[in-house]
Amino acid sequence: METRVQPEMVPKPDIIEEKAPKSLSPFQLAMRRFLKNKLAIAGIGILGFFVIIAIFADVIAPHDPTAYDMYNIEAKASSEHWLGTDSSGRDNFSRLIHGSRISLTIGFFAMMFTILIGVTLGSLAGYYGGKVDSVIMRATDLMLILPFLLLVLTIIAILERINIGIFIVIIAFTTWPQITRIIRATFLSLREKEFILGARSIGASDARIIFRHFLPNAVGPIIVNATLMMANLIIIESALSFIGFGIPQPTPTWGNMITEANSLRMLEGHWEAWLPPGLAILLTVLAINFIGDGLRDAFDSRS
Amino acid sequence: MAEKEKLLEIKNLKKYFPVKGGVLQRTIGHVKAVDDVSFDIFKGETLGIVGESGSGKSTLGRTILKLLDPTEGSILFEGNELAKLSHRKMRPYRQNMQMVFQDPFASLNPRMSIGELIEEPMVVQQSMSKQERKDKVVDLLRKVGLPEEAREKYPHEFSGGQRQRIGIARALSINPKFIIGDEPVSALDVSVQSQVLNLMEDLQDEFDLTYLFIAHDLSVVKHISDRVGVMYLGRLAEIGPKEKIYSNPLHPYTQALLSAVPVPNVETKREKIYLKGELPSPSNPPAGCTFHTRCPEAHERCRLEKPEMVHQGEGQYVACHLYTPAAVK
Repeated sequence: METRVQPEMVPKPDIIEEKAPKSLSPFQLAMRRFLKNKLAIAGIGILGFFVIIAIFADVIAPHDPTAYDMYNIEAKASSEHWLGTDSSGRDNFSRLIHGSRISLTIGFFAMMFTILIGVTLGSLAGYYGGKVDSVIMRATDLMLILPFLLLVLTIIAILERINIGIFIVIIAFTTWPQITRIIRATFLSLREKEFILGARSIGASDARIIFRHFLPNAVGPIIVNATLMMANLIIIESALSFIGFGIPQPTPTWGNMITEANSLRMLEGHWEAWLPPGLAILLTVLAINFIGDGLRDAFDSRS
Repeated sequence: MAEKEKLLEIKNLKKYFPVKGGVLQRTIGHVKAVDDVSFDIFKGETLGIVGESGSGKSTLGRTILKLLDPTEGSILFEGNELAKLSHRKMRPYRQNMQMVFQDPFASLNPRMSIGELIEEPMVVQQSMSKQERKDKVVDLLRKVGLPEEAREKYPHEFSGGQRQRIGIARALSINPKFIIGDEPVSALDVSVQSQVLNLMEDLQDEFDLTYLFIAHDLSVVKHISDRVGVMYLGRLAEIGPKEKIYSNPLHPYTQALLSAVPVPNVETKREKIYLKGELPSPSNPPAGCTFHTRCPEAHERCRLEKPEMVHQGEGQYVACHLYTPAAVK
């Protein structure tokens, strides 16, 4: 039996292609840890689902969400109106689909705007310290002293017309102090690090030190807080809509839909009108919080 | 010491940190981290500064580089006064003065790759093309004994000794004349310490560098320095050529420090000088000679009068009343 393999036939073990393990930046490492978090991935899945619905709302929704149908007020679920209609005969299912658009848009842009204000002011306060810090911190104190809800209600009451843009500005204007404080605290802890001294010792400008040395080391707290804040802002939007100070009707928002069901009669006999938007808010906020927690674990782990 | 060219002249340098207290956060006192220190650094030499924790040696280094604003005094670099310059006006001088930091785990920005880190001083200080900078980075990496691939990596992938080499390469990237080493090896293992020290010595010859080497380890300072200064509580107690300081210490504090250095021979009989008490608080230093509370040779005069630096020959200066003629009454 010639089972012996000729020596020269033995395939040479491939010269182990020294594929130097690719170097990952701390940010990439954090992302890798994040992707191992199952809850966070589930959160991304759920949020992604809502985002897709929001993007294709026009295609998915069977009816115009603002179209009246006075002959069909508070209809029960039917094959025509899957979740029935509201007090003005508008199709609840279409409003649910379109509501995702408003909730996510407000949540996202209000968050971005808040972060923009918070990071700018927090950076200035944390970097320059002294008088700049005092002024900015007293301003945040002032904002934090004012009861949030009262402040928002007052502003909305003063303004005559509310649309999404104005609403976002109002929300950002009232929520920036928390993120400002977090960014300032992050800067203060970084300020004592030797690499900041190192940047100074080569004569780097203030802008360079802030943008190349402080901010990249603060992405963790910024991203984590931004995510958690977005969940919060979606709830705030719903809550304000619920008490009638949000985006006015007939614009479909989840909060507005729940307001429609603001009576015992609706609550008892008409669960399909209020349960789906409630669940949608719950799921979206839960998903975003899972993502936020996952990001926090990914960025915080000191490995 | 023959007439050597002075690179840096420190005159009566003071750095006080205000201590705030009370409801109104008023200044209620000062921590005198560096208190009236004067010395020169000559071109091409290594001046070692030793002292225990809290003696102000790191503050001294940072003040010379203007990372901290001096309270008083002057810093002359090649005849140019730096003490009063703003951060912006100081920038051109930073080309010539760089620092290697103590903690290799905190002194490199963890979010920047090694290439970016070494390149940064060139970006800030010089107008070089991308390719020129890249070539320089590769060249520097080779000089400090790291592979070229390190360029793409991040600080967390390196050990303490390697990171310190990166810190050195970064400091060297703009061809400075003067480098302050702020305890550059004290965070490293002993075996790695000698590598980094030797590297620094080789680079000194190659680039014609002047070092101010701050350390608390007397044997490290002895190894690398030409001259040695001893600091105690913000003041310079003694300064002079290494041989003189180590063989013939004059200041009682220097004597006590040197007697504490372990000798690798158990047979050697030696007299250890034990100092009494603790290092006094620099916010409330003793009057007169700051060392008199712990000095075995203290006498009346030390409690009253601050000793001046006095030349004892061959470049050795001492601030101690034992060596100053009593003031004529």
